[in-house]
Amino acid sequence: MANEILFFMEVVVGGLLAGTMYSLVALGFVLIFKASATFNFSQGAMVFFSVLAFCGFMQDFNIPFVLAFILAAFLMVLVGLCTERLVLRPLMNASEDTVLMATIGLGYVLEGLAQAAWGVEVRRLDLGIGDFPVPWIADNLKLFISALDITAGLVAALMIIGLFLLFKYTKIGLGLRAVADDAGAASSIGIPLKHIMLLVWSAAGVVALVAGCMWGARAGVQFALVDLALKALPVLIIGGFSSIPGAIIGGLIIGATEKVLEVYIGPFFGGAIEGWAPYVLAIFFLLYRPEGLFGEKIIRRV
Amino acid sequence: MKPVLMTYTRRDIINFCVLMFLGLIIIPTFISTEYWYTSILIPWLCLALATIGQQIVMGYTGQLALGAAGFMAAGAFAMFNLILRVPDLGFFGSLIVSGLIAAAFGILFGLPSLKVRGIYLMVATLASQFFIIWMIDKFGWFKNYDSSGIITAQDIVILGKPFTTPLAMYLVCLGVTAVLTLLAMNMARGSTGRNWMAVRDMDIAAESMGVSLLKTKVQAFAISAFYCGVAGALFAFCYLKSLEPVAFDIKLSFKILFMCILGGLGTINGAFIGAAFILLFPVLLNSVGNNVFHGAIDATIISSIEQVIFGLLMIIFMIYEPLGMAKLWENFKQNIKSKLSSSSIKNLKSSPLKNLKK
Repeated sequence: MANEILFFMEVVVGGLLAGTMYSLVALGFVLIFKASATFNFSQGAMVFFSVLAFCGFMQDFNIPFVLAFILAAFLMVLVGLCTERLVLRPLMNASEDTVLMATIGLGYVLEGLAQAAWGVEVRRLDLGIGDFPVPWIADNLKLFISALDITAGLVAALMIIGLFLLFKYTKIGLGLRAVADDAGAASSIGIPLKHIMLLVWSAAGVVALVAGCMWGARAGVQFALVDLALKALPVLIIGGFSSIPGAIIGGLIIGATEKVLEVYIGPFFGGAIEGWAPYVLAIFFLLYRPEGLFGEKIIRRV
Repeated sequence: MKPVLMTYTRRDIINFCVLMFLGLIIIPTFISTEYWYTSILIPWLCLALATIGQQIVMGYTGQLALGAAGFMAAGAFAMFNLILRVPDLGFFGSLIVSGLIAAAFGILFGLPSLKVRGIYLMVATLASQFFIIWMIDKFGWFKNYDSSGIITAQDIVILGKPFTTPLAMYLVCLGVTAVLTLLAMNMARGSTGRNWMAVRDMDIAAESMGVSLLKTKVQAFAISAFYCGVAGALFAFCYLKSLEPVAFDIKLSFKILFMCILGGLGTINGAFIGAAFILLFPVLLNSVGNNVFHGAIDATIISSIEQVIFGLLMIIFMIYEPLGMAKLWENFKQNIKSKLSSSSIKNLKSSPLKNLKK
């Protein structure tokens, strides 16, 4: 009996930690949604693009780890700059749906560019953190939890605290919130919309790079990352599109539920229900609470 | 009830006759290479049909859906099982029933559209995509317990005659597509389509005018899934000649979305233009790569470049002409007309993106 409880705990904890990986991807979506009410469908492609570039710098040009990371982050800022200048600014007054379509296009461009520049084969990314159980925890708590999962959890926590402080206490954060509330009013009192957008897209790019490193270390740097990133969508629906804590809680819920369902219910259906369970969970959330746990209520006027 | 053909103008009927003449007589007499039928014409017709399905739900009813390939898979595997288990139905009977089965899935996964819209709905429809593929993959019954993963599609037999040559299959596809396209055009211009467009342009306003949102949205999803299901069955039986769930993955859904948007939202001819473009462009790019650079460029690079170009086109169209290639064609015709006759009346049509523009 005790073993079963322990096993259940292990499944839940593993799921929660895997959920933080989803949260990391979802965070990028939330950043952009918060500042511009734009849903950036290309976030998944940005994850793929950034980490592939990072790997490329390291493996093809033999650039040391830290420098490669900085270069890749710089590249993402450049992507943000181009996106702001070439995609978002011309679509300033377009509707949400039009911008959404444009970001799907942007995702295609990034995926294509990444593959053209760095090739299509799966790359290994070694962060120096093993994807195996930490011996100390395994001995003392009898739980098998991967070191990579713990690192991802810590990184996610750090990023959230950082972003939270940025939004809450800095002048930039105040500007961001003002733009998110009403872009027109914010720009009329002199908040530079362009800079805010650039900042947000760059930040989302760097978040994508971090998320990509975590995923890449686990599953290899490959095209499937883009599909994995799609799982951030149910996370967002559960947590709410405009809430940073929501992204985290949503990720944890999805991660834990998905693992528990897979382990306890999956075998009855031949397994692999992880692929769609999060989406179905999201549908149920949509039916009862469309704005998510922490989102703002959606009000539409005729 | 008005007779079906009465609402068409004379010009429509002439256009239709010209197209059918082209499709039934000119193409079969002048094109004899199998490549054209098996690699271009048949997939074009099938994908155009699926794109019409996407158009109905997205272009006409304004609901962002991203699960076309899932419904196609449902149609394809329903067809396989119907031919296998209920041989009395015949080819067209099975085709219609498999469309109806896909439509049932469409209704089920279209229900969230009553509560949510935009990106939220997109996620709900993604569920259908992943769920249907998983279901087919995991339950052996759907694949008749075939362990190889790829099932060969049965030969098409209509009234005891086999339709197995590329030309015959092309004619089957053409016939089905022509009938369904006519039906779609009729629905789009009739009260059904007007309800769809009313919901698209402002659902709350439409509801207060007495349009039932439940009925309209569910109907759109059902009809859309029916079209996708039939298209999927044709796609599997005439083009792929095999059935495997992987062929209907999320990439195909995106492809159909691109066909729909680049072709022109809310137009039937846009579906054909978009499908032709997305299908032919890679062929063109490959032949340029082979003939101009003589294979100096790697095939993976060419496919990456193709992806970049599709993405760029999407962005460019969203910025400059959100109504897609059908609108460009319309503008072109308008230009010619106004050059021919100085007094031109501007064509004012309800636009699917009117509610999208502030």
